[in-house]
Amino acid sequence: MVENVKALLKAHAGIAREVYLDNENSTIVPKDVVDAMLPYYSQRAYGNPTLTHKPGWEAFETIMESSQKISKFLGAKILEEINFTPGETEANNLALMGAAFTNKHKGKKIVISEIEPINVLHVTDLLQKFGFTTTKIPVDREGFLNLEKLKEAVDKETVLASIATVNNEIGTIQPVKEALDIVKDKNPETLFHTDASDAYGRIPLNVQDLKVDLATVSSYKILGPRGIGALYIKEGVNVDKILEGQIGTQKLWPGVENTPLIVGFTKASELAFEDFEANVNHMRKLRDKLVDGVFEKLSDVKLNGPKGDKRVPDNANISFLRCEGEALTIELSLKGVYVSSGSACSRRLLQPSHVLVAIGRKFSEAHGSILMKTTRYHTEEDITYFLEVIPSAVERIRGIVGSTGID
Amino acid sequence: MSRVPLPYTQKVLDLFRNPKNLGKMEDATVTAVAGNPACGDMISFYLKINDQEIIEKASFESYGCAANIATASVVTEMVKGLSLESAWKDVTWKKVTEEVGGLPSVKFHCGVLAVGAVKRAIRKYYEQKGSAPSWLPQELTFEEKQALEEEELAKTLSKRLKVAEEK
Repeated sequence: MVENVKALLKAHAGIAREVYLDNENSTIVPKDVVDAMLPYYSQRAYGNPTLTHKPGWEAFETIMESSQKISKFLGAKILEEINFTPGETEANNLALMGAAFTNKHKGKKIVISEIEPINVLHVTDLLQKFGFTTTKIPVDREGFLNLEKLKEAVDKETVLASIATVNNEIGTIQPVKEALDIVKDKNPETLFHTDASDAYGRIPLNVQDLKVDLATVSSYKILGPRGIGALYIKEGVNVDKILEGQIGTQKLWPGVENTPLIVGFTKASELAFEDFEANVNHMRKLRDKLVDGVFEKLSDVKLNGPKGDKRVPDNANISFLRCEGEALTIELSLKGVYVSSGSACSRRLLQPSHVLVAIGRKFSEAHGSILMKTTRYHTEEDITYFLEVIPSAVERIRGIVGSTGID
Repeated sequence: MSRVPLPYTQKVLDLFRNPKNLGKMEDATVTAVAGNPACGDMISFYLKINDQEIIEKASFESYGCAANIATASVVTEMVKGLSLESAWKDVTWKKVTEEVGGLPSVKFHCGVLAVGAVKRAIRKYYEQKGSAPSWLPQELTFEEKQALEEEELAKTLSKRLKVAEEK
């Protein structure tokens, strides 16, 4: 199999320019972040932070200072509210399973939206086996939560609600505060979790203002290293660990703390927040250039998700009608443009993105969808190159589709 | 919901870039479609069949992934010049998969769909003619059944979507 991939890579030889836009699924880690991490592998703080020697105490100091910084960026009250986990998936698992198991005496009902990230959907599926039931609140055609249905769904048995701050696929900024008020009004005991991974570093976010009980953030979603994230747990909220092992500074995640990754996550956060307005404006400007350019150059295209200030500034999700998404990602890759598709042409039962289906997109629209996210490192030239390449790529795939595949 | 790596072969990539016999055939004797856009996986086949029941030309259009395009392209090449009987008997999804240098297992169905579409076209030819040869089985073959099953799934999915919309 790896031989096949070598041939695929060889087919990319001679690419003039590369533009990486698949920042939903993985990102570059900028040099500044890597440089900040490197000393922590072999020069300092490489010890176990719970042990009584200099490298251990250095690690302890580093981790506490990192928690402090991230707690500030999130608007948390104290650094102890920050719990590092190996990523967004793990933080969401900890939030949902931990909160549900620890508080099951308060009820066994969970409320989420139809468009929560895959890991949230999967955890609620698993929790069914433990007697928890989940209500999925529908969203409208732009991905906004139906607050009436939310109100109906919450009752005295509801132990937990989980609503992402920003949808990772279509960029919808949810009215989290209103949703939380509705939930708490019906049941003050219900814990409210939000996956804020796609909001952190992109929109103003303050967990104390939002009054959420739990919030997930992820390093790689802000150009930090993969393999690290954090779960904010408001002081006084009861959540137990979900994995067993040796506990150190992170009371809810056993195992030896990964200090270099924590440093990388913190550095990436600093870079995102240092010049927050400028970063965000840059992302928005390039994203708008990208979307406007596509609509100018191509017909039969649809933007998925809302327009304007209710959309996160980095997200572009466009359906190219009469164009199959996976084929388009390969065609673009051969031209040095890297994107992902909401098409799921990889299983017998080919279900496209659950988010696009939830907002009422036809299957053919979902199969032709491409997700892109701009970052502060993209340039005008990157987007110009993308716009040069996209029309011929789409037209070639549409040429293969011809008269077939129109529903 | 999970993702799988898709290490396509050089042959799949080559055929994706330069598919053979692509496009609608205006003078086709028979056309057949398999799959459904709801699945993101659909092929149209066009066959030009002469009086001796030899396939003179074959072409395709594909709403599908690289594997779908590559296998469809291979099938058009394979059936060209064959009698309907040997196209029916000798073109199997396994041969098609071998011809593209193998496929990731989750993409086997693309080859199956391509062969299913050709078999449908052949069946349709005899239906139009009003007589079937003795070698043509009444019962659907594996590939035809698979195509049908995929279409049924698509229908179920679409129904579910409509129900969701009405909610």
